[in-house]
Amino acid sequence: MNTQTAIQVAGVNKWYGAFQVLKGIDLTVNKGERIVICGPSGSGKSTLIRCMNRLEVHQEGSIIVNGVELTSQLKRIDRVRSDVGMVFQHFNLFPHLTVLENCTVAQRWVRKLAKKQAVEIAMTYLERVHIPEKADKYPGQLSGGQQQRVAIARALCMNPSIMLFDEPTSALDPEMVKEVLDTMISLAADGMTMVCVTHEMNFAREVASEVVFMDGGQIIERNTPDILFSAPTHERTKRFLGKLLH
Amino acid sequence: MFQLDLFLQAIFSAPLFKGALLTIGLSLCVMAVSLVLGMGLGSMAGSPRRSARWLATLYVWLFRGAPALLVLLFVWNGLPQISEIFRAGWFTPFFAAFLALSLIQIAYLAEILRSAFAAVGHGQREGAAALGMHRWQIFLVITMPQALRIAVPALMNEFISLLKTTSLATVISLKELMTVSQFAIATSFRFLEWYGAALVYYLVIVSVLTLAQNRIEYVLSRGYR
Ligand SMILES: Nc1ncnc2c1ncn2[C@@H]1O[C@H](COP(=O)(O)OP(=O)(O)OP(=O)(O)O)[C@@H](O)[C@H]1O
Ligand SMILES: [Mg+2]
Repeated sequence: MNTQTAIQVAGVNKWYGAFQVLKGIDLTVNKGERIVICGPSGSGKSTLIRCMNRLEVHQEGSIIVNGVELTSQLKRIDRVRSDVGMVFQHFNLFPHLTVLENCTVAQRWVRKLAKKQAVEIAMTYLERVHIPEKADKYPGQLSGGQQQRVAIARALCMNPSIMLFDEPTSALDPEMVKEVLDTMISLAADGMTMVCVTHEMNFAREVASEVVFMDGGQIIERNTPDILFSAPTHERTKRFLGKLLH
Repeated sequence: MFQLDLFLQAIFSAPLFKGALLTIGLSLCVMAVSLVLGMGLGSMAGSPRRSARWLATLYVWLFRGAPALLVLLFVWNGLPQISEIFRAGWFTPFFAAFLALSLIQIAYLAEILRSAFAAVGHGQREGAAALGMHRWQIFLVITMPQALRIAVPALMNEFISLLKTTSLATVISLKELMTVSQFAIATSFRFLEWYGAALVYYLVIVSVLTLAQNRIEYVLSRGYR
């Protein structure tokens, strides 16, 4: 493993009880790469991406993030997590805190920054996602698209080197999908290392260095978006893409 | 019949005022300790460990089932029989009442707090954990404030009923509001005036609590309005 590797997943198996949800997953994400993971519902996409910051625990194989292996011996998992931003399908904003407080709370408690500095950083990223004027509102007062952009800003405030996205647009009304995707595209343009579970094929085409297709807990095939979308080799991939495009 | 001047005298008398302070002090102490320990018991009740859940259930079963009067008398008269320790000077009526009422209050608050914490979605904890926050930070800044918002109306009800239950401590001669009134009546035989004065105290305290409850609910509901 060299210094260019951001995440290395090797031979990972995971079970929920007797049900094997991940089967021998190998995946390397280099710094600056944008990986898009797609696949049918229940194929293990969320589970895989959640193993990358240990929200889920894998039983076999190894996952190394920025040179740190994620194991039960690892005492400071919070250090790894603060360097890996995560954006959820349902935003998971804190409803009792304002937008600004959502963006400063972890900076203050985890990065131990002074309030003034945390607020400055938060405002920078809220401007970046184009909603600085909502800083004093509560999440419940925002539209879904705005909430998801706050969630992205909140993650960016920790100055992460990797961003994980788990279907960030699938809980949104269609007219709000674009504003979130545009934010993600601009992140990609800045060279952020990204792993995105999404079925937004145009997004994948535009930014993905590689698209990974999963089914039944396995990686079935992977390739550049152009090749994977136009000439998938596996029958299951063809069927899935066929359904998605119609 | 009812004599207004005696009634006013009773209201502004030093013993009754001190009795009221004792009632309030006792209630606050019991509530504070029960909130903390109730949270502990509540988290045991929601624990994945079967033995922990079983223990929590047993505790709640015992102290929700036992009448407050019985527990008070048991603690005050029974404990000194069990051990030398409880015959020492520090084992005052105040401490005994505090212990007895806390034992009961913990059982009631545990269930309220457990369900309030369960009502805070799992996504909240994950969202905070993904930002690198520690377990206790998540508890303090993310889950607890949201759980309290849910629990405040029920907690306030429990507090008000606790405040009135403290009057039972008159049987162990704690000098709270009711005991003080009884003493005064024993020498003056002015039932109406002294019971009336005590009632005024209870009503005033409960009214203040109700106002406080509205205020707390208003503050905690920021972001949900
Ligand atoms: N906590 C859990 N306990 C047991 N089974 C689970 C748990 N979480 C997920 N599963 C199962 O694991 C499988 C993979 O779930 P996962 O959420 O990773 O799929 P996914 O590819 O993200 O699907 P979707 O597109 O619907 O989000 C599913 O069959 C799901 O039912
Ligand atoms: Mg999923």
